[in-house]
Amino acid sequence: MSLSIKDHEIDIVIGALRSDLTSFMSEWRPIFSRFHLIIVKDPDLKEELKIPEGFNLDVYKKPDIDCVVGTSTSTIFSGYSCRYFGYLVSRKKYIISMDDDCYLAKDNKGILVDAVAQHITKLTTPATPFFFNTLYDPFTEGADFVRGYPFSLRSGVQCALSCGLWLNLADYDAPTQALKPEERNSRYVDAVLTVPARSLMPISGINIAFNREVIGPALLPSLRLGGEGKFRWETMEDIWSGMCVKVACDHLGLGVKTGMPYVWRNDRGDAIASLRKEWEGVKLMEEVVPFFQSVRLPREATTTEDCVAEVANVVKEQLGSKDPIFARAAKAMVDWVMLWKSVGSSTSSPGA
Amino acid sequence: MATVSPTPLLKDELDIVIPTIRNLDFLEMWRPFFQPYHLIIVQDGDPTKTIKVPEGFDYELYNRNDINRILGPKASCISFKDSACRCFGYMVSKKKYIYTIDDDCFVAKDPSGKDINALEQHIQNLLSPSTPFFFNTLYDPYRSGADFVRGYPFSLREGVPTAVSHGLWLNIPDYDAPTQLVKPLERNTRYVDAIMTIPKGTLFPMCGMNLAFNRELIGPAMYFGLMGDGQPIGRYDDMWAGWCTKVICDHLGWGVKTGLPYIWHSKASNPFVNLKKEYKGIYWQEELIPFFQSVALPKDCTTVQKCYIEISKQVKAKLGKVDDYFNKLADAMVTWIEAWDELNPSGDISAKIPNGASK
Repeated sequence: MSLSIKDHEIDIVIGALRSDLTSFMSEWRPIFSRFHLIIVKDPDLKEELKIPEGFNLDVYKKPDIDCVVGTSTSTIFSGYSCRYFGYLVSRKKYIISMDDDCYLAKDNKGILVDAVAQHITKLTTPATPFFFNTLYDPFTEGADFVRGYPFSLRSGVQCALSCGLWLNLADYDAPTQALKPEERNSRYVDAVLTVPARSLMPISGINIAFNREVIGPALLPSLRLGGEGKFRWETMEDIWSGMCVKVACDHLGLGVKTGMPYVWRNDRGDAIASLRKEWEGVKLMEEVVPFFQSVRLPREATTTEDCVAEVANVVKEQLGSKDPIFARAAKAMVDWVMLWKSVGSSTSSPGA
Repeated sequence: MATVSPTPLLKDELDIVIPTIRNLDFLEMWRPFFQPYHLIIVQDGDPTKTIKVPEGFDYELYNRNDINRILGPKASCISFKDSACRCFGYMVSKKKYIYTIDDDCFVAKDPSGKDINALEQHIQNLLSPSTPFFFNTLYDPYRSGADFVRGYPFSLREGVPTAVSHGLWLNIPDYDAPTQLVKPLERNTRYVDAIMTIPKGTLFPMCGMNLAFNRELIGPAMYFGLMGDGQPIGRYDDMWAGWCTKVICDHLGWGVKTGLPYIWHSKASNPFVNLKKEYKGIYWQEELIPFFQSVALPKDCTTVQKCYIEISKQVKAKLGKVDDYFNKLADAMVTWIEAWDELNPSGDISAKIPNGASK
C-alpha cells in the first residue's frame, strides 16, 4: 500500500532551543544520517550551536532568518516557533520535525524505534477519517478493516499529518505535571489510528511529520502567549497550529494520524516553575477549543492557504475582541500565508 | 502517587448475557471471573435441545418457547437462528449493567502472560468517564499512568458517563466474509494497550462478541435487529445496534469506549456461509452509513426510547425504499421498545444521569 519514498524527498527539521546538540545528534545519527537536516537555531539563543560532524545539513541562525524574512518578521520565529522557519525554507515533500530533547525510544520488544521510518509509513499509507476502524490502522501488517466497515470507504484518503507520542516525559501541561511530578509515561501503545473527521485534538509539536506539499502552510507560528518561554509547558503555539491543520484537513478531505512512533523525551524543566510563570495557555484553551469546533470553511476554500486565510478571518471576527492575543494571531496567520507564498516555494525537483 | 482503588465486583448489578446454540463448555475457562455473576443464557435454535450449563453457575435460561411465551406476538422482533436473539437477554435482565460474550470466546493473555479478566476491565471502562468531545492523544486519561495532554481544556476533563465498553479480540479477528476469504490465515496478534473514547459524531462497527454496557442508560437502544431465519441478512445485528446506540449516545451526551479488554476468539466461522448472510449487508451498509451519519434527533428526544422511536421513523422514511426489509425492521424496532417498556416499567431513563465515578 505505501509508496516508495526516496530519502531525498524528506527533510528533518530540528528547532534548536539548546546550544549543545551533540548527544541529541549522536543518538539519532543511525537514523538521521541518510537524510538532509535543517537545523534552525532559536534566534534568542546566545551560545554557539555545537553540532557533530558527518551530517548533511543546513543550519539557520538569526542572521540567516533576518536575511530571508527581514528583521521585523524574524521575531515570529522565536523559541519553539523557530522550527517553522525550517518548514518555510524546506524544499522537500515530507518533513519530520522533532524537539531537541527527544531521543530514541524502545518498543515493547526492546527494539529501538525508527521514528522517521514510522512517520513516513503513516504519511504514505491512507488515512480513514470517515469511519472508525476498531482494529486501528487497517493498513498495518497483520490488521485490516473489520466487519461492518463500508467498502466504499476502504481506499481512504491521503494522510497529511502524522502525530507521534512520547515515553518518559509525556506532553502534559504544567498543572498536570506539577500535580504528579513523578509521573512518567511508560505505556507503549502499539497502534496507529486516524483521528476521525471533525474531531479535534491537541496536536503537540514535539514529534510530528507532515506532507509539506499538501498541508505545509497550515503549520504556522501565530499564537504566542504573553509569557511564552523555552519549555513546552510555557507554549501553546503548536496546539493552535494543530487546530488549524486539523480544520484544514477535515475541510480538504485529508487525514491526520496519531499514535506511534514514540520518542523518549528527556526530563527537562520544572513544571511548578512553569506553572507559576505561565497559566495563560491553559485559560485560553477554554476559548480556543469551542471556537475551532464551530469553524466551518466555505466551499470556495480549496487550498490550504485558502483555509488558513479563512480561519484567520474568523479568528479576527469572533475572537479578536475577546483578547488581543487572538487579534495578533489572526494577523500573524495572514502574514504567514503571504510569507509562504513568497518564500515557501513548491517542492524542488528530485536530486536537487 | 495516589493508590488505585480496586475495581468493584458489581456482582449484584451486572448480568452476563450469553447466546448459544451449541454448548457452554467455554464457561469452564471463565469460571474464576464469571462465577460470582448471574448469567442469562439465551438458547437459540431448537428449543427441545437441552443446553447443559456447567455446575456452580447461577443462571436463567430462555429458549424460543420461553421467548414466545413471555413476549407473545411481540416475540416477532427477536431473531431466530442468529445470535441476535441475545438482546432478549438484555430485555429480561433486571440489572444495571450487561456484559455479553460469544460462546467461542475464551480468556486471553496479556503480553506478560497473565490471564485477562475481561469483565473487570469492562467494569472499569463503564465506571470511569468518557471524553467524546475532544480527542486525548494519550488515550484514556483516567487510566493509571495516563492523563489529559497539554492543550486539553480543563472544562472538558470531567468527561461524561460511559454507556458502552467495546472490547476486542486476539486470534480470529472480526473480519467480514470477503476479507476472511482473502486472508484466511490472518490472526490478530497485536495487543494494543489502550482504551479510547470514540469521538462524538463518529460511527464505528460495534461487535457483540465482547461487549458491555450500562443497561439503565442505553439498554433500549441495544436491539440487535431482525436477522437469521426468514430474514435476508445476517451478521449485521451488532452493527445495527451499534449505529443506533452511537447516534443516541452522541445525542444524549454519553460516551462509547473501545479497546481493552481482549478476549481470545477461537472459532473462525465459515467464510462462504458468512458471505451468504452478509451479502446484502455489504451493499446496504453503503446506504446505512450515510443514513446514520445524517440522522438528526430533535431536542425533545430526551430519552433513549424516544430517540429510538424517532430513528425507526426515519428508517422507514429513508431506508424503506432501499429494501422492504427496512420497513419490517422499523416496525420491529417499535415492537422492541414496546416490549422493553412492558418488561421494564420503571419508566424512561432520561439524560439527566449523574456522572460515573471520576478519577
